[in-house]
Amino acid sequence: MPGTVKVGQRELVAPGDLIAEGDFKVLSPSTIYKVGKKYYSAVVGLVQYDESNNTLKIIPLEGYYYPQPEDIVVGVIRSVGLTSWEVDIRAPFPGILYASDFLGRPINPAREELTDYLDVGDVIVAKIEVFDRTRDPLLSTKGKGLGKVTKGAIVEINPAKVPRVIGKKGSMQSTLENETGCKLVVGRNGRIVIDCPNRDLKDILVLAIRKIEREAHIPGLTDRIKEFIAKEKVRRGLIGGRN
Amino acid sequence: MGGTKGEKPKLILENGLRHDGRRPDELRPIKMQVGVLKNANGSAYVEFGKTRVIAAVYGPREAQPKHIAIPYRAVLRCRYHMAPFSTDERKSPAPTRREIELSKVIREALEPVVLTEMFPRAAIDVFIEVISADGGTRTTSLTAASLALADAGIPMKDLVAAVAVGKVDGVLVLDIDQVEDNFGEADMPVAAAPALGEITLLQLNGVLTREEFEEALDLALKGIEQIYKMQKETLKKKYLEVEVEV
Repeated sequence: MPGTVKVGQRELVAPGDLIAEGDFKVLSPSTIYKVGKKYYSAVVGLVQYDESNNTLKIIPLEGYYYPQPEDIVVGVIRSVGLTSWEVDIRAPFPGILYASDFLGRPINPAREELTDYLDVGDVIVAKIEVFDRTRDPLLSTKGKGLGKVTKGAIVEINPAKVPRVIGKKGSMQSTLENETGCKLVVGRNGRIVIDCPNRDLKDILVLAIRKIEREAHIPGLTDRIKEFIAKEKVRRGLIGGRN
Repeated sequence: MGGTKGEKPKLILENGLRHDGRRPDELRPIKMQVGVLKNANGSAYVEFGKTRVIAAVYGPREAQPKHIAIPYRAVLRCRYHMAPFSTDERKSPAPTRREIELSKVIREALEPVVLTEMFPRAAIDVFIEVISADGGTRTTSLTAASLALADAGIPMKDLVAAVAVGKVDGVLVLDIDQVEDNFGEADMPVAAAPALGEITLLQLNGVLTREEFEEALDLALKGIEQIYKMQKETLKKKYLEVEVEV
């Protein structure tokens, strides 16, 4: 036994709480702080450990968005340059989207204006292509489902709750899509683009997303969401019910 | 802070209690709450008796103006401000020398615990507003600021808790208020990160002997331990109280 865990599985911890002593593999380096052989929590979160693999993890309950390559984000154009756009991605850095990437061809700034394609306030779905600590994240819109958003609405949630909206292997997202008939694009940065067939379903979906955000740390979420959507549908007369 | 106006009241009564009925080693009644402001990334309200403080944290966000950004870590910016209505006599809302200095002191007391190296070139802003002042505003502000940082989800090595010890009528007392500060012989604010075992703020106004200083520090650390426990309970309470609907 290389170490002992001092807290229970899925226990709520605060910064400075002693989690474990010994040798563990830390799966979430940004939420665990190590002094000598002691592991402390750096955030308010839930502890997850696996004693057979000696792994430790803390899932934060509050958070911010910090870009990582390959993340899908929903961005809003903030300013337009000569050959690139600056995109607000709710991170401590602006995202940079090059015109040649978005248009798929070289552009001549003397002959065309970028505002013809994307203007301030436009919404895009993009992938983070490159990001390291020294430079601003580089975005790309090459790929399936990426590019300018032309219809739908945006819901903003706490970025720490994004994994719960997606669910295990996308289970929560597909539940939401199947139950409401809406299409969701969940950005890692906590922006969700929703496209719904009608107003009632849109309202139900937004309420369901808010509920996920509020109750993310309580087990049995998917079932509660299913029940919640069904009840709301009955209440709004979308499907027949006993009352 | 009010001056030393009027007659000096009796600070230690015949029965050994203080002018407000507390024992020498007793804290004022404390209230704490996190998530009080909707638009901040993290916020906290802390009350020590009649001293009331709200702290708000924004970030990590882009450092503006850009030249203040540091290439290898986040800048922590701190603003301590007293509301014009927080004191007996209206205080001008312009930042005074005292407020500018306290902002710096509070920032330096928080910097050792915040893991700023995780956010190069970014900025973390802490805004502290004193709503009502009755002594010990810097320690209350620090306690609130560290709660607000944790509420924003910013990684920290530990929470910082703070309290002042004073010497009044020759007796060392914990968590002094305005009257005791004005008419006392010494005032020593202390802030510490208990799990790290580090003192992040130590100031002393007035005169203490070496023995008194050591005793005062012990007293402060005992008070800090109590405040620290309350801070953790407050942070966890926000989640434990969420009720499952449906």
